[in-house]
Amino acid sequence: MSLIIKNLCVNHGSIEAIHDLSFKVEPGELVAIIGANGAGKTTLLRTLSSLKSPASGSATWDDSDILNKKPEDLVRQGILHVSDGKTVIPELTVKENLSLGGLWRKDKQDVALATNEVLDLFPILSERASQRADTLSGGERQMLAIGRALIARPKLLLLDEPSLGLAPLIIDQIFSAIKALRNRLGLTVLLVEQNAMGALGIADRGIIINLGKLVAEAKAKDLINDPGLSAAYLGF
Amino acid sequence: MRLLSTLLIGISSGSIYALMALALVLVWRSTRVVNFAQAGQAIASTYIGYVVITHTNNYWLALPVAIMAGALIGALSDILLIRPLNKRITSGPVKEIAPVIATLGLLGLIRSLVGVIWGGDLKRYNAPVSINGFTFGHTTIPFSRFNLLIVFTAVAVMAIFAFVFQRTGLGLALRASAFQPEIARLAGVRVDLVRTVGWAIAGATGAIAGVLITPSTSLSPNSLDLLLVLGFVSAVIGGLESLIGAAIGGAILGIGLALILEYVSTSLAFPAAFIVLMLVLIIKPSGILGSKAGRDA
Amino acid sequence: MLKSKPIRFLLLILVAGVLFLLGNVLPDYRVYEGATASIYVIAIASIILLTGYSGQISLGHGALMAIGGYAAVLSRKYWHTSGVISLIIAVLAAALFGVILGYAAARLRGPYLAGTTLALAVGLPSLANQFHFLGGEQGLNFDIGAPPKFLGSNFSTTKWYFWICSIAALIIFWLVQNLLHSRYGRQWKAMRSAPVSAALAGINIARSKVLAFIISSGVAGLAGALLVMTLNLVTPSEFPLSLSFAIVTGAVLAGIARLPGAVVGALIIVAIPDLADQIATKIGGAERISANLPGFITSLLLILTILFAPNGAKIGKLVSHGSTRT
Repeated sequence: MSLIIKNLCVNHGSIEAIHDLSFKVEPGELVAIIGANGAGKTTLLRTLSSLKSPASGSATWDDSDILNKKPEDLVRQGILHVSDGKTVIPELTVKENLSLGGLWRKDKQDVALATNEVLDLFPILSERASQRADTLSGGERQMLAIGRALIARPKLLLLDEPSLGLAPLIIDQIFSAIKALRNRLGLTVLLVEQNAMGALGIADRGIIINLGKLVAEAKAKDLINDPGLSAAYLGF
Repeated sequence: MRLLSTLLIGISSGSIYALMALALVLVWRSTRVVNFAQAGQAIASTYIGYVVITHTNNYWLALPVAIMAGALIGALSDILLIRPLNKRITSGPVKEIAPVIATLGLLGLIRSLVGVIWGGDLKRYNAPVSINGFTFGHTTIPFSRFNLLIVFTAVAVMAIFAFVFQRTGLGLALRASAFQPEIARLAGVRVDLVRTVGWAIAGATGAIAGVLITPSTSLSPNSLDLLLVLGFVSAVIGGLESLIGAAIGGAILGIGLALILEYVSTSLAFPAAFIVLMLVLIIKPSGILGSKAGRDA
Repeated sequence: MLKSKPIRFLLLILVAGVLFLLGNVLPDYRVYEGATASIYVIAIASIILLTGYSGQISLGHGALMAIGGYAAVLSRKYWHTSGVISLIIAVLAAALFGVILGYAAARLRGPYLAGTTLALAVGLPSLANQFHFLGGEQGLNFDIGAPPKFLGSNFSTTKWYFWICSIAALIIFWLVQNLLHSRYGRQWKAMRSAPVSAALAGINIARSKVLAFIISSGVAGLAGALLVMTLNLVTPSEFPLSLSFAIVTGAVLAGIARLPGAVVGALIIVAIPDLADQIATKIGGAERISANLPGFITSLLLILTILFAPNGAKIGKLVSHGSTRT
């Protein structure tokens, strides 16, 4: 059950946001996609979750084509995308946001089970269950969004900049949680981040993208330790 | 006494406006479209109900048939017109008004079809229960069993709406799809399907309104136009953003109109609606329960 | 090429000449249709300005036409104003109402504005039924006077009306086109497509919108007065809700932001009842069919246009040549 991306080209308006991108993610891997703002990372995830249509290329998950489908169909295949920016529905309560993740599932017992697991993982959500999601802090919203995704029992998790706008302490919490989840549930995770250090700290492998092209691909710790790459792309 | 009867009449007619308003708010909330074709969907459903009544003389059979017709027509309107429209028009000078134009066109289309099938002459059918006012001793108030039925139906529909919206998965999906369709999709909600269901429910609600109001006004292809306007005004008064607002708007308009018609002049129906609307919008431009964000969205 | 003022002016003179010839050659009922078409051109132009350019929707321009119509009639009846002055008063009266409506509209967005104008369209004309001095349901007569003597005694009233209407249409077309090319037109386009940037660039959005409403109302008022002129009568039933819809339809058919398309839109609107009649007789329909066919065709056209050519028929594009690029 791997994610295989071949020669992907995606346009954003008249700009070529992703150019000839190819890489592979093995089952159970946690791969960090690093790059500066505007590098095309968000476009990549949006294309993989079928929110966007590519110009050319292919992407398969578990040998089935995942491009140009409907996002809600991909959810049923176990591909869950937590988008950047707006991640939860502010007008709904925490509980309702979570329920949303399990609406499509037929196995309501497992949904209840999964919900409890999520509430154990992020106890703050339990506390705030009946509050509207717009009363939550940034970190809490991120937990809610990830929690919602987990209720769908994902196999592939696409996370778009979960650390954006969060305080360092919370960022640590979120990243640890992501790693723990991967370890416990055997998820495959594609983590897009500007926070290179944090992301590479939990990842197995790292892929650096600049201006839509793949620039480097290596084991995470090798990337951290390569001074040339760090200076050029990781900002340190 | 006169005041009481006027208020009662206002509540009865306001109930029907509220139903129409509910349908409009439902579609607005879920698709961001003001469905002017609501009147067309309602009139077609009402005619179908009329056909059932003339053949079976059974109002209680006609009502559910009309409701199902309304649901079907509503769903088809979304599938055949609104979905393709949203796919094609993503920008440009017409983006905001394209759905308005489309539903206006659909209204005219359905109305002319209804005219062709059934003709323009006025048709009538009777209310299922007494339309004589209740009597207390020597006084008869202009509020009958039928008025009571109307109010009861409206309240029942609103209660069902409230329940479905707040306590069922469908309601959650409807709300989520209306607020943040993209997030809903990413959570696995079949947003397109859910929206179509929303249109179907709205169509059914409009059908109820049409069937309820017709015994008092008689039936012709244009007979629900006024109801559309009054329903829309009610929805705007209530703020277009909440179903409770629709109900409140209907009540305000119904009572307001009844008061104006009783105490000022009997033939000022149209301008009176406009006056009530302007008063509300001057005081609160986003409607009584509307929020600023809602107004601009 | 079409941008340069002198050339556009010459073009209009040319069109005027063609219309003059047509007026003399065509039978009376066609000439009458021509007058009606000119009136629609004016009304549609007002919508193009308001909706296509400043992005505000109005479903109630029929009411503004009614204001213009009644104003013209009343001023002639009580102040004995000449024909031209009556028309000018119509414009001013409607524009004045446009001030009020414009300020209200500036505070309302999308559906709220649609609803208000809808209620206006339904409510305003029937006000005339209430007040005796407005003539009630029967309405008031309006006679703009016979054609001037120098045109000859054979000059029919219909031709006279056609001349007045088409000249008015040409003048309005000229004025509105200039307006749309001026900085106001550019402001409106900017407001419509990028409101935040426009505001940041210093455009006073509210004032700009109100201005658009005032001008659009005045133009609609003129159309209403001309309509009343051709009918020799003003009654509430001349301004039904369907009139407001027809104007918006014509604007959409035209290409909502392309002024030259107004002519196409107007012609289509006027042609539909004729076309419907022909089809109805061909399929030998009952009265039901012939009564509903015009509405059916209009609605179908509207839906097809908005689905497949939302920015107007290709004809509009050809004529405007990018001079009103959206």
